[in-house]
Amino acid sequence: MENILSYIPLDIALIAENFDRFMYGVWITLNLTFLALLLGGLLAIPIAIARASGHRILNPIVQTYTYVFRGTPLLVQTYLIYYGVGQFEVIRQSFLWDPILSSAWWCALIAFTLNTAAYTTELLRGAIADTPKGEVEAAIATGHSYRSRMRRIILPSAFRRAIPAYSNEVIFMLHGSVVASTITLQDILGVGRWLNGRYYLAYEGFITAALLYFLIVLCITWTFRWFERRYLRHLVRREVTSETNLPAPTTT
Amino acid sequence: MDLILEYQSQLISGTLMTIKLALSSLVVALFFGLLGAWAKLSSNRLAQRVANLYTTIVRGIPDLVLILLVFYGGQVTLNNTGAATGLWGYVEVSQFIAGAGTIGVIFGAYFTETFRGAIMAIPRGQIEAGISCGMPQSLIFRHIIWPQMVRFALPGFTNNWLVQLKTTALVSVIGLQDLVYNAFTAGRSTDKLFTFMAAAFVIYLVLTGISDLLLRALDRRYSRGVVRA
Repeated sequence: MENILSYIPLDIALIAENFDRFMYGVWITLNLTFLALLLGGLLAIPIAIARASGHRILNPIVQTYTYVFRGTPLLVQTYLIYYGVGQFEVIRQSFLWDPILSSAWWCALIAFTLNTAAYTTELLRGAIADTPKGEVEAAIATGHSYRSRMRRIILPSAFRRAIPAYSNEVIFMLHGSVVASTITLQDILGVGRWLNGRYYLAYEGFITAALLYFLIVLCITWTFRWFERRYLRHLVRREVTSETNLPAPTTT
Repeated sequence: MDLILEYQSQLISGTLMTIKLALSSLVVALFFGLLGAWAKLSSNRLAQRVANLYTTIVRGIPDLVLILLVFYGGQVTLNNTGAATGLWGYVEVSQFIAGAGTIGVIFGAYFTETFRGAIMAIPRGQIEAGISCGMPQSLIFRHIIWPQMVRFALPGFTNNWLVQLKTTALVSVIGLQDLVYNAFTAGRSTDKLFTFMAAAFVIYLVLTGISDLLLRALDRRYSRGVVRA
């Protein structure tokens, strides 16, 4: 073992020594990413319904919100909240300042939540708009109200249809969460940068971080594949057996 | 507002740097995207494997991690190889080259999927029809493949480009003086960070807005004659 390790041009012992720190970074990253995804997802559902309804007042407001948050980098959004908000004396004096807006963790969570909510809204809106017209007409014909139509017919199938696109959003949010390391948080990359800075290294911290992120993305991909197999089973093409291909027997 | 006017030269030079960086990395990305699509569609097993490995790795690692790794690690690797082989002396990797190169390689993976899909969407029969009409290869490419490939690839291209433009903001972390970096330093020195970050926010919005409009016009041009449901 010792012999094999000596061929790798990385200081494995140092990484192993600081592995608990990296585990703490994994915790921070997962915590931030999935909390933002949860809150953003919950926020996106009513917003997407409002957007899909084509309401005269709500629709333009929602559209502006998603346009603004999808048109600017997450880094700028996070900086704007973390560094920018302190410019205003009113906010610094308010009750929000001490526990929330002065903490990097909360600012990152707010920025990530607003960002992912904007993307998820557009994604859900697309899925809602893609509902087959016949299903909606059938629901109307059987006397479903708008609310029960949404709850029983449109949303369940829209959620299912959104799964593949949502898996991309989850991965992008994980990729985006590295922004947290630029506002002093010790997420996976934060720990990697700390390690490299402390021991004056060029690779170890970043390569460990890259491997950890890669593992998390693999887990997310597998989970979503399982979800798709389970919830999109009705969309998979059935195998055509050779029997059904045979011409119908002629009756004589 | 006066403050922004006072620092406008910094903001403008930052904006220009961001545009330059985005366009340079786009060229790299298009090159890797075409190469990747070719590899994925080729019958060569090895090329397919390499292309799959490339897209999987890029999808699995966040952009900023790769940028930092290339900028700090790449520099050391380059100088160590130079010292070991004696072929070159001390070289310094600039932030611009590290940033544009890495972002280009990352988005090349996304363009690979876009181009692969676009090429596969062209009905094979149309190319065969061209051959049977006696069209030479170049004419088939110009009149049959190219217009349709552009049409099929444009939505994906637009999406990738907008994400790429926003990703260039991360290069400010390694100290390239782009829009975010300049707005941040201006905000720091005047103690008005909100004002300057908001200015950067609006400039990014304008940049993505203009790209969106231009690409939509291009999309209309290339989908003339297509009936949409």
